[in-house]
Amino acid sequence: MAEFVLYEDAFKRIDEELRRLYQLSNAKLVFLVDRNGQLIASVGETRNIDTTALASLTAGNIAATGGIAKLLGQKEFSILFHEGERDNIHISLVANKVILVVVFDQRSSLGLVRLRVKKSSQVLEQVFSELETRRPEKKVEEISPFADITDEDIEKLFG
Amino acid sequence: MSFINYSTREINCKIVYYGPGLCGKTTNLQYIYKKTAPEQKGKLISLATETERTLFFDFLPLALGDIRGFRVRFHLYTVPGQVFYAASRKLILKGVDGVVFVADSQIERMDANIESLEDLKINLAEYGYDLERIPFTIQYNKRDLPNIVPVEEMQRVLNPNNVPYYEAIATEGVGVFETLKDIGKQILKELKKNY
Ligand SMILES: Nc1nc2c(ncn2[C@@H]2O[C@H](COP(=O)(O)OP(=O)(O)OP(=O)(O)O)[C@@H](O)[C@H]2O)c(=O)[nH]1
Ligand SMILES: [Mg+2]
Repeated sequence: MAEFVLYEDAFKRIDEELRRLYQLSNAKLVFLVDRNGQLIASVGETRNIDTTALASLTAGNIAATGGIAKLLGQKEFSILFHEGERDNIHISLVANKVILVVVFDQRSSLGLVRLRVKKSSQVLEQVFSELETRRPEKKVEEISPFADITDEDIEKLFG
Repeated sequence: MSFINYSTREINCKIVYYGPGLCGKTTNLQYIYKKTAPEQKGKLISLATETERTLFFDFLPLALGDIRGFRVRFHLYTVPGQVFYAASRKLILKGVDGVVFVADSQIERMDANIESLEDLKINLAEYGYDLERIPFTIQYNKRDLPNIVPVEEMQRVLNPNNVPYYEAIATEGVGVFETLKDIGKQILKELKKNY
């Protein structure tokens, strides 16, 4: 089964872009999740939030509405917006591969968030498409953690 | 699809517990949650009906330790076993690295086991996965009940390829960690092989 590998430099670029989006959109929290619900990166007020659970639920949300879209015979909803009493959440698909989430309150607005998400999505799309083309050839200086693990290492993990 | 992040030095793998309604999938996760140290686990998220049947999924993130400086995380999911949740079941299988099939050992649930296993194969095939080629473990659950099918018979019907299997009483924790360890090891060995 295919692995999704994220190298240091790509991660830095993603992190930078999330930071920019966080600042320019006045958000409370910005995070990026893969479609399987694994958190890739997050910026903002995450201390009191279980971001792992948040990531899994977000992916479930996208998967469920994607299923609805299919039933209706239309393309996946690429943007979801939930309005709350205090916080709002803007969820969008980037490059059909990852999910970008922005949580914001009255210090920002839907219009601003939309605009900034659009801009950041372009940057992120670029990073992910480069990752894609690069994947087949392995980089020498980044040795895979699996290159020389032994069955013993694996046994040990499960003590 | 496992996710390897060189920057945060993490490896994330997805394990899905599959099986017919009421076979004990959620009970497996609840036991694992109860018995792991706080620093090794995240919240157990259950999206369930008012009668505690799984509605969409249960989710439990586990971090058991490190391998060569990489933190290994397992994301455990259960599917809703009730037949009419077919669409949700399929969604949860997306990107799976390993499957645990929890079979209900009660005689009257054998047909449901067979049907669920077929459903699993079909759903995996739609993502281009083949059950014979991915990490796969079977658990024969509810061995404490009186009206159960002998293991040899369950093996014959549900496990023609003789993948690893465990007898379990999920409510008491019997066989629960054995099953988890087995699938975890299979996944890491598979990753190693492909790398
Ligand atoms: N006697 C006995 N009961 C069990 C065992 N494992 C689970 N149960 C019981 O079976 C019932 C259903 O268990 P769940 O874990 O909710 O089943 P599930 O597979 O998650 O069911 P769905 O969410 O509908 O797919 C509960 O009442 C459990 O306590 C077991 O090993 N022995
Ligand atoms: Mg359940």
